[in-house]
Amino acid sequence: MSRALPVLSVLLGIVVIWYLASIWMNSTWVYDQAERAGTTISFAEMVPQTMDQERPLLPPPHQVGAELWKGLFGQAITSKRSLVYHAYVTFKGTMMGFGLGIIAGVLLAMAIVRFRVMDMSVMPWAIISQTVPIVALAPMIITVSSQMGIQGRDIPKAIIAAYLSFFPVLVSMVKGLRSPDQMQLDLLKTYGAGQGATFLKLRLPASMPYFFASLKVAIAASLVGTIVGELPTGAIEGLGARMLIGSQFGDPLIMWASLFAAAILAGLLIVAVGFVERFARRRMGVVG
Amino acid sequence: MWLENGLSWMKDTMTQAVIEAKGLNLVFQTADGPVHALKDVNLTINPGEFVSFIGPSGCGKTTFLRAIAALEHPTSGTLTVNGMTPDEARRKRAYGYVFQAAGLYPWRTIAGNIRLPLEIMGFSKAEMDQRVERVLDLVELSGFGKKFPWQLSGGMQQRASIARALAFDADILLMDEPFGALDEIVRDRLNEETLKLWARTGKTIGFVTHSIPEAVYLSTKIVVMSPRPGRITDIIESPLPKERPLEIRDSREFIEIAHRVREGLRAGHLDE
Ligand SMILES: Nc1ncnc2c1ncn2[C@@H]1O[C@H](COP(=O)(O)OP(=O)(O)OP(=O)(O)O)[C@@H](O)[C@H]1O
Ligand SMILES: [Mg+2]
Repeated sequence: MSRALPVLSVLLGIVVIWYLASIWMNSTWVYDQAERAGTTISFAEMVPQTMDQERPLLPPPHQVGAELWKGLFGQAITSKRSLVYHAYVTFKGTMMGFGLGIIAGVLLAMAIVRFRVMDMSVMPWAIISQTVPIVALAPMIITVSSQMGIQGRDIPKAIIAAYLSFFPVLVSMVKGLRSPDQMQLDLLKTYGAGQGATFLKLRLPASMPYFFASLKVAIAASLVGTIVGELPTGAIEGLGARMLIGSQFGDPLIMWASLFAAAILAGLLIVAVGFVERFARRRMGVVG
Repeated sequence: MWLENGLSWMKDTMTQAVIEAKGLNLVFQTADGPVHALKDVNLTINPGEFVSFIGPSGCGKTTFLRAIAALEHPTSGTLTVNGMTPDEARRKRAYGYVFQAAGLYPWRTIAGNIRLPLEIMGFSKAEMDQRVERVLDLVELSGFGKKFPWQLSGGMQQRASIARALAFDADILLMDEPFGALDEIVRDRLNEETLKLWARTGKTIGFVTHSIPEAVYLSTKIVVMSPRPGRITDIIESPLPKERPLEIRDSREFIEIAHRVREGLRAGHLDE
């Protein structure tokens, strides 16, 4: 309860500011209408008219909430108009990209820690890869993959998501695999442990807290990657596609509802990863 | 005939020095030039001895212990462990090493930590369990096997790390300031226990310390060292009996040895 209070007061603040902003931004249209009709309109008359426009510049919270509700529960979840359906498509892409990103990040980190040449050759490129704007790269990946005869959007989307999500895993794992100090390495040496045993018994378990800490960042990055992968023209499924359709067809309500659906999805994913992390920490005997 | 050969071989190995250093030099090449960590070190350690190394910081105590454990390699001179090179001796699991910090893995229980060297060395499950029980008992931690390191006090953690070093039956135990980070009362108790452990196991122990009373109380042989370059300035054979209650520290003999160690340390300082 004591934790909910600050969160709720911030939320309340946001809602208030949001309403004020809606009134302010949507009022332009109301005044324009009035001018065109040759009438003048008072402030008190204007305010209600900003609350339920069909194409508001900035829809107020209750409108977005209603649209979101309609999107989520207004039809069968298998319907193409259901946000649940589109969220599921995005979720699937996110998980595929997340899995791919984890595999790539962990394998690269292992190679980098094991081989000096990999450290010097791969690490700079991994960093450079993250400076390329994904929005520019996404259409290319999609074009190339369709040229290679890959059907559908699933695989290119997963690649784009993995492109973003492997990096936090890589950086954390490199740090984690290198976290054992000289004394711990020396101790294993006195047991006559080889590279393999040192990796399995010391480096890998020592890296686990770093790994789990990176997962929250990685899953968020994966979601962003998936949504970006759904933006380029041609996509009809997924929250990204819904957002674009909303903005292109001048239906801001759909766009806002999709945006909030994405935010809810992100929240759920992060909470889920948090649970996995807590469980793993408990298993490894670490408090808290 | 073969029996006779066997007996003479046994006699050989029994009288053979466990650790023998002859004209040992170890130089570290650093950015600021060479550091002569060990210079002309000659030392023989016999089976079952308890040898303390004492001397000011930087005199090469750790380096010598690490060289015995094949963690550093001498620049010149010879160093044998059980008649072998340190590297060979390591392959034969000749020594257990205890560092100043317990260095237990936080993700393993106490028993799991003790099992670590056994897993690496490929002991069977039943053998591991039995050995873990035995060494936990040796360091008086029976019943703590299922606890995690953070649930134990510093002194208990250090005892667990000693148990870990004992688990695979190395006959040499190398301890680098194992109780350096503990308070005096805990330290006294652990010193007593270390002596008991030594008496029960008959191991050869190399023990680094900064404390004169600790060195005199524990050792059969005290090696006094001095720095720049790191070298041995005095080797004192202790006349104290094997049985040593804590009160022995007030005896005349004890005070005389302590005095000689102090003199040795001071002489090393005056050389500079
Ligand atoms: N890996 C290394 N590289 C370079 N120089 C080293 C290295 N290890 C030790 N030295 C140097 O060798 C000398 C002896 O160091 P050593 O650690 O053996 O001293 P010590 O007697 O154990 O000291 P302390 O009581 O502080 O632990 C010191 O001058 C130290 O700086
Ligand atoms: Mg030292």
